[in-house]
Amino acid sequence: MSAHDRTDTHAGGGASYAEVQATEEFQGLKRTLRRFVFPATVVFLSWYVLYILLTIYARDFMSTEVFGNINIAYLFGLSQFVSTFLIAYVYAKYADKHVDPTADAIRHRLEGTQP
Amino acid sequence: MSALAFTPAVAADTVDGGQRALTISLFVIFVLATLVITIKASRNNATAADFYSGGRSLTGPQNGVAIGGDYMSAASFLGIAGIIALSGYDGFLYSIGFLVAWLVALLLVAELLRNSGKYTMADVLAFRMKQRPVRVAAGISTITVSIFYLLAQMVGAGALVTLLLGVTSDAAKNITILAVGALMIFYVTVGGMKGTTWVQIIKAVLLMTGTTLVTILVMVKFGGSVSDLLGEAAEKSGKGDAFLQPGGRYATEAQGLAGKLDLLSLGIALVLGTAGLPHILTRFYTVPDAKAARKSVLWAIGIIGSFYLMTICLGFGAAALVGPEAIKAQNPAGNTAAPQLAEAIGQDFFGDIGGTMLLAIIAAVAFATILAVVAGLTLASSSSFAHDIYASVIKRGEASEKDEVRVARIAAFVIGGVSIVLSIYAQKLNVAFLVALAFAVAASGNLPAILYSLFWKRFNTAGAVSAIYGGLISAVVLVFFSPVVSGKVTPGVDGAPDVSASLFGLGTDFSWFPLENPGLVSIPFGFFCGWLGTVLSKEYNAEKYAEMEVRSLTGAGSEKAVQH
Repeated sequence: MSAHDRTDTHAGGGASYAEVQATEEFQGLKRTLRRFVFPATVVFLSWYVLYILLTIYARDFMSTEVFGNINIAYLFGLSQFVSTFLIAYVYAKYADKHVDPTADAIRHRLEGTQP
Repeated sequence: MSALAFTPAVAADTVDGGQRALTISLFVIFVLATLVITIKASRNNATAADFYSGGRSLTGPQNGVAIGGDYMSAASFLGIAGIIALSGYDGFLYSIGFLVAWLVALLLVAELLRNSGKYTMADVLAFRMKQRPVRVAAGISTITVSIFYLLAQMVGAGALVTLLLGVTSDAAKNITILAVGALMIFYVTVGGMKGTTWVQIIKAVLLMTGTTLVTILVMVKFGGSVSDLLGEAAEKSGKGDAFLQPGGRYATEAQGLAGKLDLLSLGIALVLGTAGLPHILTRFYTVPDAKAARKSVLWAIGIIGSFYLMTICLGFGAAALVGPEAIKAQNPAGNTAAPQLAEAIGQDFFGDIGGTMLLAIIAAVAFATILAVVAGLTLASSSSFAHDIYASVIKRGEASEKDEVRVARIAAFVIGGVSIVLSIYAQKLNVAFLVALAFAVAASGNLPAILYSLFWKRFNTAGAVSAIYGGLISAVVLVFFSPVVSGKVTPGVDGAPDVSASLFGLGTDFSWFPLENPGLVSIPFGFFCGWLGTVLSKEYNAEKYAEMEVRSLTGAGSEKAVQH
């Protein structure tokens, strides 16, 4: 039997998924996660689209040399690498600190396991 | 700058017997090592969880490296270096898009998918829906995307053998394709996910080592100054400063508005496509829990980011040290720029033997790269056939695990065989667009369905099916009627005859969609179809939604690692 054939909606420990879903604790967990990932997605997508649009429409600006043969287009491109690494790092810290403890607590209670 | 003047000894016919023997020997060592590991991995390949997801027992870092090996294809290794070497700055756009894409996977997809799915992308999409229609749609989409990608890689392997081993006969190309196909079928059928994973890990380590070595030598050559490297590349390119600025290839003045929209379309598809590629998504199931899935993506971002940063050195290094004439003489698209750079820089530092050795190493790495990616694609598509189409649709969920895995192995044989035959026939065709098409379908059909399914409460069967088919069909249809399939002509220079830059030859032109990349239209269309299908249907399963949401966020009830 594979997972999708299961029809029970109890994860064990007695409480149904719907009951867990309705708890303030779970709703808080959901808010905590979404409060980070949605704005972060908007930020990095806008930052990326801005870069593409400048590449297309602001060629003179992007071609301005900053030092030596390095122009703004390279620095902007590199900043996409930096922002990607940075967002990934900050998200990992945030999830470790704010998401995982609550998620683990709910899971252990539902599965009847010890943390 | 004159101190850097450098006459590359690389001629068009660089491939000599010694280098060929060395490349083949190194590649054979790689193949033997991976075969041994695959056979060892097959001892723990009893259950479906072992075959599909390596028993979910990989660590985050292991999986992160394997993701790198699965993702960094020959197209990005050889292709991006070639585009930068010949067109300058614009090749860098690919590097950026391919990296930023991982934030979608990290923030929105990886962990939730790991917690709610089991073996395939369809597990998540069908979680709270009617099983059969959603699994059929997701299975078709998975197999279509994977085969597009697979064909591009295998045709590339045929071309690579000419470029790297200096053999030009059709027979040699066909034998290469056959050998690549046979190896990938072996890795997948015998090694399952675990065998495939180790092939990918070894490939990623080799690729990173080879690329880092060449990058360090290039930087030493230019005294650590990227600015000097760029300057020399611009001078050698014959295009001057324009070579270092955007617009060398995409959205040029001559291309007008269509060119501008095309670049935007490409950029968006690159970023949104990655998190919808089935062979990438199934990798998130190979770790024990969501935290390890997160760690995998962090490792993947580190490795993939470092690699794409180095493509700047590879591409501009090739422009500066090999020069566009020598590159074009060997391959007009620039696909040999990286290996040619390896030879030139090796020669510069260590003499003729050094050049030959470095070229042989990079050539062997390129073959390893192709093998690891095609194995991942074959595994993802055969898993989806067995788990989604066979077990859930044909057998209505009554197939035993053993039966399912048996079918997956047969499917790998069939998909591998079909790909070999198609690739041999597609040898002469211009199929480079297939990678872009795979990303477009993934972004237009798969990603909307995945995101709605994970985040939109109201989403239902009709919505999932509409999103997948709407995105898939619109992307394929738009590409079919675009210049990549018919009507694009490269004018002949100096009295040479015009050549077709499309799949179809000269004189055939039924294109009406102006963009080569459909994403700008097909991605919003996929999201729209998903929304429309949902609101037109009354279906909504509150209980299953509760289960999916709790499970995806907390991991309660999620699939656990197999204990051996």
